Amino acid sequence: MFEAKVTIGLKKGISDPEGTNTLKALKLLGFDNVVEAKTTRTIDLLIDSKNESDVKKSVEQMCQRLLTNPVVHTYEIKVVKK
Amino acid sequence: MKSVKKSDVKIAVLRIEGTNCEQESLDAFKRLGANPEFVHLKQLLHLDCTKNEKRDIFNYQCIMIPGGFSAGDYIRAGAIFAARIKSKLGKDLEEFVKQEYPVLGVCNGFQVLTELGLLPGIKEIMTSVPDACLYINDSNRYECRPTFLKHENNIKCIFTRKIPKDDILLIPSAHAEGKLLFTLDKQEEYLKKLEENDQIVFRYINKNGEYTGYPWNPNGSISNLAGICNYIGNVFGMMPHPERSFYRHQHPNWVQNGLDNNIGDGIAIFESALDYICKRF
Repeated sequence: MFEAKVTIGLKKGISDPEGTNTLKALKLLGFDNVVEAKTTRTIDLLIDSKNESDVKKSVEQMCQRLLTNPVVHTYEIKVVKK
Repeated sequence: MKSVKKSDVKIAVLRIEGTNCEQESLDAFKRLGANPEFVHLKQLLHLDCTKNEKRDIFNYQCIMIPGGFSAGDYIRAGAIFAARIKSKLGKDLEEFVKQEYPVLGVCNGFQVLTELGLLPGIKEIMTSVPDACLYINDSNRYECRPTFLKHENNIKCIFTRKIPKDDILLIPSAHAEGKLLFTLDKQEEYLKKLEENDQIVFRYINKNGEYTGYPWNPNGSISNLAGICNYIGNVFGMMPHPERSFYRHQHPNWVQNGLDNNIGDGIAIFESALDYICKRF
């Protein structure tokens, strides 16, 4: 069994309205030292497999076919044996 | 030349959990004398349904994906609906488009068509990964109000052939993810191709007919794009809701401008599709 952690972020140059709003709200609360807020999404997958490279390949496919839109997203996959 | 009677034109208004504009969409086609029906995606995928409930995509001459929040907008707006369609129906849908049957996506339906890779459809009918994205509005808010649209298509889009070029329509928008984007380093190239192929259908404008930013462009969409079609002209997606301006009395300014036979700005989109189907099939 493997756990795959997929972290989805935004490509450089793509606006992050949620991050911008979070930054604004944090500043309003008095956290003046916050310079930037970026949002990412993490999806944890538990995968039944014996082979780590198969898991990586399959999660890569999942990212391309559903989890991300290549026009705006980047992604990072971390696989840990469970 | 063969032709189909309007009352024989079968339209599938597709739904899954979370679609919520299917009634108005169905009504729009029905009021014009066509034969639309609600079709749950499972009926096309032949999952969890009885023999009588099973349907085939080729039973219909038009597919409409209505607005809403399909599958709760999880992952991304329209992504799950698109993935479910692609799972078993991708090839059939591609063939449906290839045979030049019309496919309409409004709001969430436009997001689904984009996630499916059917739009922008510049060279291919369907790309394996999305070629565009309907991204979060610049305002980071759900924008809900009437929007002015300029019709910019020459003849390509079969859904707007009854609308004169440069006509200005008032059609309501209601979405949180409507900012049309292409891969950043290819934006200009894509825009140029869309122009060349006559794939640009609607752009947001202000009340004076000028291209301006927010709030007239509610989402920050590139080049004020509100609606585009594929290179064949039979797949069309738009963020504003034509089914919500079917009658003139649904327009916010009908008291000042009069009812004018109660014909709303959105009606021509449904009429154009029916007219095309009746003549073509």
